Amino acid sequence: MSAASLSLVCPAGTPAALDAALEAGADAVYCGYADATNARNFPGLNFSPAEMRAAATRTHKAGRSLYIAINTFPKAGDEGTWHRAVDNAADAGADAVILADLGLLAYAQAHHPALRLHLSVQAAASTPEAIRYLARTFGVQRVVLPRVLTLAEVTDLTAAVAPVETEVFAFGGMCVMAEGRCQLSSYVTGQSPNTHGVCSPAGAVQFRREAGGDVTARLGDVTIDRHPAGAPAGYPTLCKGRFRANGTTGYLFEEPTSLNAADHIPGLIKAGVRALKIEGRQRGRAYVTRVVGEFRRAIDAALSGGFTVPDLARGLASEMEGGRATAGAYDRRWR
Amino acid sequence: MTLAAKTSTGPKLTLGPLHFHWPAARRRDFYARIADEAPVDTVVLGEVVCSKRAPFFDGDIPEVAERLRRAGKEVVLGSLALVMQARERQGVIDLAASDDFLVEANDLTALAACAGRPHAIGPLVAVYNPSTLELMARQGATRVCLPGELTADAIAALAPAARETGTELEVQAFGRLPLAISARCYHARAHGLHKDGCRYVCEKHPDGMDLDTLDGAPFLAVNGVQTLSGSYLDLLGDLDRLRSLGVDRFRLSPQDCDMVAVAETFRAVLDGTVPVAPARDRLRELCPGRRFSNGFLHGVEGMAYQAAGI
Repeated sequence: MSAASLSLVCPAGTPAALDAALEAGADAVYCGYADATNARNFPGLNFSPAEMRAAATRTHKAGRSLYIAINTFPKAGDEGTWHRAVDNAADAGADAVILADLGLLAYAQAHHPALRLHLSVQAAASTPEAIRYLARTFGVQRVVLPRVLTLAEVTDLTAAVAPVETEVFAFGGMCVMAEGRCQLSSYVTGQSPNTHGVCSPAGAVQFRREAGGDVTARLGDVTIDRHPAGAPAGYPTLCKGRFRANGTTGYLFEEPTSLNAADHIPGLIKAGVRALKIEGRQRGRAYVTRVVGEFRRAIDAALSGGFTVPDLARGLASEMEGGRATAGAYDRRWR
Repeated sequence: MTLAAKTSTGPKLTLGPLHFHWPAARRRDFYARIADEAPVDTVVLGEVVCSKRAPFFDGDIPEVAERLRRAGKEVVLGSLALVMQARERQGVIDLAASDDFLVEANDLTALAACAGRPHAIGPLVAVYNPSTLELMARQGATRVCLPGELTADAIAALAPAARETGTELEVQAFGRLPLAISARCYHARAHGLHKDGCRYVCEKHPDGMDLDTLDGAPFLAVNGVQTLSGSYLDLLGDLDRLRSLGVDRFRLSPQDCDMVAVAETFRAVLDGTVPVAPARDRLRELCPGRRFSNGFLHGVEGMAYQAAGI
């Protein structure tokens, strides 16, 4: 099996992170424009059109690929912003655009027939029927799979949709809800991944010191979690908060934790998955260097038969939310 | 209820799919009463939340559908929201092949299976802009129920595309909003169980399991793999404006309350026989202890409630 059989797709929220990803061994880097067209629309993050053109040049000079994520849903009445993003991506020489909206896929296909189309996880295509339809209708060549599937399901799906390629998340922040179909953030803050490219946006976060010294983490008007003074308090992502139901109090959706599917790299290679995706365009250069480097070594080791999981997990503990990791839906019992 | 209500012109009412795991006998009774008494034009049947529940009621659907039809209701079959396993896929394919009923597609599997023939699009499929709506109309969609988080401005921008393509536009106007769907069952998790051995604990909560904040404030409702709003949507005060924007249908999502009376309340406001203010009071009487919201439509957080119309 050649090294090209499993591609490592890495995040870059800034030009510096892009250089770090290339240096650490990314096969492909994905970025977004600095507006609501991408699902990591955070202040100070992402690329201007000029920066994106320069990024494409540097990436191609290094012999790697640049993917541009335009993976929110175009706002009714402002579709031109999303169309321009696709036009800019084509002009920049992107090797693929990562899209979620069906109307935007049709636009890209009609206006840039040579542009390679990847389906974003936000599109929520979880079956062979859905993926074949998207390939047939829009010429989608790769699908980023929803983080709802077990390894066995990923294996079956990958075989069923070939020659359409599959890409799966391997590491980073983990949605516990089916992506692209979650309106929890907008229910609390008015802004969601689908509409604004943000989940649990920082502008709605507030840490409040209580009379007893506890610190309450709030999102909008909703208490997400509470910690004793001095204890580490994580970012109050809505679905990783503590709530009460059925007489118990706890992390009823998911604990503050990161996805780490490193254990499954050999299985994913065997499944014929084309690419492993690292989440984290909002993370800094150090994260990118560390995580990409570790996964580069892990993939190379797996491809040469010398794969060891525990070392990888230990090496990345500091990069995980709450220092904890889960393989998520890859393991059936997570459900 | 009068026959006149069943044959009313103007905006139509759809009774959305029942999200909760009610016992089969209760479901049969519920739909029998809807057939006999509720002034709704359309009823969406079928298990859309969890495929594990489907065997409990699927066998009753033909008879229930027949009864609703005899009462003059249009029957639509809703597809599963999150499709992963082989038997779930087959279920969607079989459903889409139905010649007897319009099918409401709730994911891309169903959308693919329905393409090329008339079908409806459910609120769990992402339709956020005119291009996508037009594309779906070209593929055979005759009716689209929009995602709950859309604002009135977005609906206004979508309406011309619906009009031009002859697509009926539907908006949910009552009940808990479906906010998220997951591979994981939170009902089982809250009971120390996994989805595979869930013991159908979701049946314990016919209106969803309340999920409160650490301060005890009501927040969300868990319904198996689905997460719903803690509040009930109430668009009574916004119906007029939505009609003027071009919304053809309003969806009432079944809750554990007198849905016949809820439907009568919405019908009366749509028909102009009852003003908004007393209708709102009536809705609150019908749903004691519930909070209401309409923030999404108003362009703010969905859980907010703004009494002034859009």
